[in-house]
Amino acid sequence: MASRVFLVVLLFLLCTSLSFSLYEDQVGLMDWHQQYIGKVKHAVFHTQKTGRKRVVVSTEENVVASLDLRHGEIFWRHVLGTNDVVDGIDIALGKYIITLSSDGSILRAWNLPDGQMVWESFLQGSKHSKPLLLVLINLKVDKDNVILVSSKGCLHAVSSIDGEVLWRKDFTAESLEVQKVIQLHDSGKIYVVGFSGSSQFHVYKINALDGELLKHESATFSGGFVGEVALVSSDTLVALDATRTVLVTIVFKDGEIKFQETYISNLVGDTSGVAMILPSTLKGTFALKINTLMLFIRVAGEGKLEVVEKVDHATVVSDALSFSEDKQAFAVVQHGGNKIHLTVKQGDDWNSDLVKENIELDHLRGNVHKVFVNNYVRTDRSHGFRALIVMEDHSLLLVQQGKIVWNREDSLASIIDVTTSELPVEKDGVSVAKVEHNLFEWLKGHLLKLKGTLMLASPEDVVAIQAIRLKSSEKSKMTRDHNGFRKLLIVLTKAGKIFALHSGDGRVVWSLLLPSLRKSEACDNPTGLNVYQWQIPHHHVMDENPSVLVVGRCGFSSNAPGVLSFVDAYTGKELYSLDLAHSIVQVIPLPFTDSTEQRLHLLVDADRRVHLYPKTPEAKSTVEQEISNIYWYSVEADNGIIKGHVIKSKCIGKGADDFCYDTGNLWSIVFPSESEKIIATVTRKPNEVVHTQAKVSVDQDVMYKYISKNLLFVATVSPKASGAIGSVDPEESSLVAYLIDTVTGRVLHRMSHHGAQGPVHAVFSENWVVYHYFNLRAHRYEMSVIEIYDQSRAENKDVLKLILGKHNLTAPVSSYSRPEVVTKSQSYYFTHSVKALAVTLTAKGITSKQLLIGTIGDQVLALDKRFLDPRRSINPTQAEKEEGIIPLTDALPIIPQSYITHALKVEGLRGIITVPAKLESTTLVFSYGVDLFFTRLAPSRTYDSLTEDFSYALLLITIVVLVAAIFVTWVLSDKKELREKWR
Amino acid sequence: MKKNLSLFTLFFFLLLSSSLAFESDELLVDDDEFGLEGGQPQQQPQVRLAEPTSTTTRSTTTTRRRFSDSDSDSKIQFSLEHAFGDSDFVSAGTFSARLKTSSHGGQVRTLTKLRFSRNDLSEVEKENFEKLLQSDDFYRIRVPSNALSPPGRDYIISSVKARCLPREGLDEHFVIHMEGVNILAVNYGGLGACPYPRQLKLPSKWSFNSHTVLKNSEQAPRAPIFAEDTLGGEIGEGEVVQPPERSFWAKYWMYLIPLGLIIMNAVTQAMNMPEEQAAGQQGGQVHQSAAALPRGPNTAVRRR
Repeated sequence: MASRVFLVVLLFLLCTSLSFSLYEDQVGLMDWHQQYIGKVKHAVFHTQKTGRKRVVVSTEENVVASLDLRHGEIFWRHVLGTNDVVDGIDIALGKYIITLSSDGSILRAWNLPDGQMVWESFLQGSKHSKPLLLVLINLKVDKDNVILVSSKGCLHAVSSIDGEVLWRKDFTAESLEVQKVIQLHDSGKIYVVGFSGSSQFHVYKINALDGELLKHESATFSGGFVGEVALVSSDTLVALDATRTVLVTIVFKDGEIKFQETYISNLVGDTSGVAMILPSTLKGTFALKINTLMLFIRVAGEGKLEVVEKVDHATVVSDALSFSEDKQAFAVVQHGGNKIHLTVKQGDDWNSDLVKENIELDHLRGNVHKVFVNNYVRTDRSHGFRALIVMEDHSLLLVQQGKIVWNREDSLASIIDVTTSELPVEKDGVSVAKVEHNLFEWLKGHLLKLKGTLMLASPEDVVAIQAIRLKSSEKSKMTRDHNGFRKLLIVLTKAGKIFALHSGDGRVVWSLLLPSLRKSEACDNPTGLNVYQWQIPHHHVMDENPSVLVVGRCGFSSNAPGVLSFVDAYTGKELYSLDLAHSIVQVIPLPFTDSTEQRLHLLVDADRRVHLYPKTPEAKSTVEQEISNIYWYSVEADNGIIKGHVIKSKCIGKGADDFCYDTGNLWSIVFPSESEKIIATVTRKPNEVVHTQAKVSVDQDVMYKYISKNLLFVATVSPKASGAIGSVDPEESSLVAYLIDTVTGRVLHRMSHHGAQGPVHAVFSENWVVYHYFNLRAHRYEMSVIEIYDQSRAENKDVLKLILGKHNLTAPVSSYSRPEVVTKSQSYYFTHSVKALAVTLTAKGITSKQLLIGTIGDQVLALDKRFLDPRRSINPTQAEKEEGIIPLTDALPIIPQSYITHALKVEGLRGIITVPAKLESTTLVFSYGVDLFFTRLAPSRTYDSLTEDFSYALLLITIVVLVAAIFVTWVLSDKKELREKWR
Repeated sequence: MKKNLSLFTLFFFLLLSSSLAFESDELLVDDDEFGLEGGQPQQQPQVRLAEPTSTTTRSTTTTRRRFSDSDSDSKIQFSLEHAFGDSDFVSAGTFSARLKTSSHGGQVRTLTKLRFSRNDLSEVEKENFEKLLQSDDFYRIRVPSNALSPPGRDYIISSVKARCLPREGLDEHFVIHMEGVNILAVNYGGLGACPYPRQLKLPSKWSFNSHTVLKNSEQAPRAPIFAEDTLGGEIGEGEVVQPPERSFWAKYWMYLIPLGLIIMNAVTQAMNMPEEQAAGQQGGQVHQSAAALPRGPNTAVRRR
């Protein structure tokens, strides 16, 4: 009964809601969801008696997660905010995970088994300093571990039970830069060592129980320090002097501080290059990096240094791990071909190998970046070791007994850009039949479906039906489908790795760590920027593969030289790559292709010169024909200037070749720096299709949409209001929205919202733009819509004119004509703050649009564009209602059923991509953040196709039955007629 | 034409009337202002369209003294410079305007009564312009970004294909977007349409016919506020408002008509042969139950 009531309620809700929603059994049919954590920064193992063995990691995406050591699955996971960078992680009391984040100002404890937050405390301090986290191991005060945090110029001692700050010692007066906090063995005393100024060295001996200062010593070293320190033993430090040529051994025993200098050149012959002390916790040994060379140097007694081993820079050493009473171990990972060599060595003895393993990598993962080692007891009671390895491509491997137990592709947590590619066309030679069921299976499946439709199915049947639907091989085939639902999503990640994901089930079809985006001597900090469709074969679909263009640069600044890489979209092989002499600031895909169907691209460098790719004479002649019609704009957000440019002439001077053009400034818009600051710019998607140019309103009036590909939406706020929400008075804050034509630089519309503040998220489609901001006066978020209509074609309403040909509908539209536009706008309140905003795209643009709103709760909400219609009025007339105008409300509705992510969350949501399917009613939505989510949306329902669960068998049976009935009745009537005649 | 004229007269009265929301000081250089305004009546409504509300309501000018800008202390000037193609910018004219300071919770300075006087084109400039027309190149102009202390942070540059300007003379149209005394942008171009294969056409008169409009930011419409509705934001809005109650007949006509037919049928049958009445009704019931048997509308459709 209850279920019936629920059903009725559900049905009622479905009827009332105007948007699309799912049934429970449709989850997973056309959507998939994947969870990632990002590149691991810290890991702590927890292998105590708890039944499940797990490792807790913190990552560069600010995720704290607990992973299963056996399978690599996520037990629990917390995504901290984007500004809440994790500085350290540790275990306290054997049951709490302690994380220090936000530059050492937030300390949290998470319950180990389920990830619930136990407590959180905010640490105060005035100045910035290196955050350090130390959980005192042996010191138990009433079963309490004391946590020492050095941050913000202070040393805090925090109780691990409730997060209460026990005591606090302020070092700001001494301007001490704390380098290390050292726990003395088995006593409640700690050493705090650090530098003040550049050459003063301090040692504080503090009672950890009450913060009492026991002793303070300081000494001056004339050479100065650079601030890199390695702790060798509890009373010995090694530091670098200010010139980075001398290693200083600092011994602070029994109240005196001794310095001993060793020239690096004495240890290594060749010392060209900058020396760096690498952070490590090995006992008696530290690691020094000079250029590509890594040295392990042991501190013998009396501060004498001796080199233990020289290795190349690709070698990685783990932290020390104490595995039995007094023994310590650490792991060293080295590279050799496609193998990595893992060696676990004991304590201070460099030559003892506890474990030596060679692990073969299945495919290119780059260098090892980090290794964490953990011990376990083997079945024969000896010590075994396993290692968690973080690779260059951000993947995470667990290695045990010389094998990779599991791996995680965690670079998918940091997607930079997405493009799509069609799948190969089904070829005759390739049999797809093997994935189809045989006839009996097919019939059985349809019979089950039939049962389900007729409500005759038993619970087991229902389960079987669901399994069939979910497993449907149809969706994960590697060929193009008729409806265009199956595509390859090609994603570029922060690691410089490119993945092709199948849109059917989200599996990785291929992945490639781009060699051109790897760290090398020529390119120190390669960063991926964008990925574009480079070549889409139409004429030779059967025998040519599409390819994508990956754009990157060597370094973080915009004038760093660019890198181009061309990748085959089907095989994932890099075709070729180019190291450019010029930088890349902007990439303009042109609407032209050459004879091999490569798309022409213009790359703008930091000197505002334009470079044409591909560099072929054919491409050049194509561009030069259209050169006077190529315009582009640049936004200098820091300067508050938007400029328009045009190509002028061939390059002259340095780096000039035939495919390089100089440009001229065509127009500029200068925002007054004291009152406006650019915070958002949005344009239309270049591939968007508009179906109807006119909008017929209720009174049979025609409004022509102002559809220009060259419109730019710009939002500026007063500079004071660019901070956090609430940091400014409503009187002093305002937001101005602009619509700018990017060919002529005309401001078509300008509108100011007083008392409004960013952040602004906006989406531009057809002739409207929707933007989201905060209204300080109403203390709520607001969404505004601007629709822009072309007035110059408004006279085309007259039928007579149309018949006589006196209309200007066929006249070419030019940006240089004086625009006669009218705009309509309206604002509505919206409850949520927004992380991303997108709009559905369909193949022909007929289907009505939905806004896709990435909410603060990391979900994606679909909101009908009709709610954001500026023509909504309080009491729409009957005719207006028929047109679909919704009565005016002050707030936009949030209908729970219209969350397209239904029960799931896309943690750390950063972007939403929409791709039209071939089927007009349907659009594909891919949202990414730390997680990935993909689904198919039909904003106006699937009006152009039968649903998937349509029972063809039932239709067939009905036809057969009908035909049979016709024959039977025919025979019967014949007989009856005969009988009548015989009568 | 009559409509146009009446529109114009209306507009004209609006211009003369004291409390106008904006100042669109159209200074038309070549001719007597009033005469020219009268001479081109069709342009005025267009200008109206382009800037529905200009200066903010804050400005409180009441009188329009067109020819006596005698307050020299509040009068400012800034120059317009132009360039032919890639040449350097040279002075081409002067904008003059009145600076109005209103203390509206702080010093708010706005420009009003913008006038523009263009220098005559020299022979060299004419030649240059003709070259531009021949090569379909850009005619570029610039103004300072700050009217008080030129050039301000940077110049505001605007360009137009030279072939878009010539008509009778050279018609140009400026829309200057202001924020206080800062100039944000200049929409510059010819008066009419300028479709792409731009035809070469030399002007008959080598002088500029300038139209200028000053524009300030307009206020965005506020979100509607319903006092009684402020709480029900989450779900309630999604529901469609119930349609008003309809009359009994409007609601149930589809049931009433068949019922009437059945009754009429029954009555006629009863009149003709009373003994067959029961059979007829039973038949009707059988039919009804048969129609009600299939579950759900889908199966009903397929059965057909």
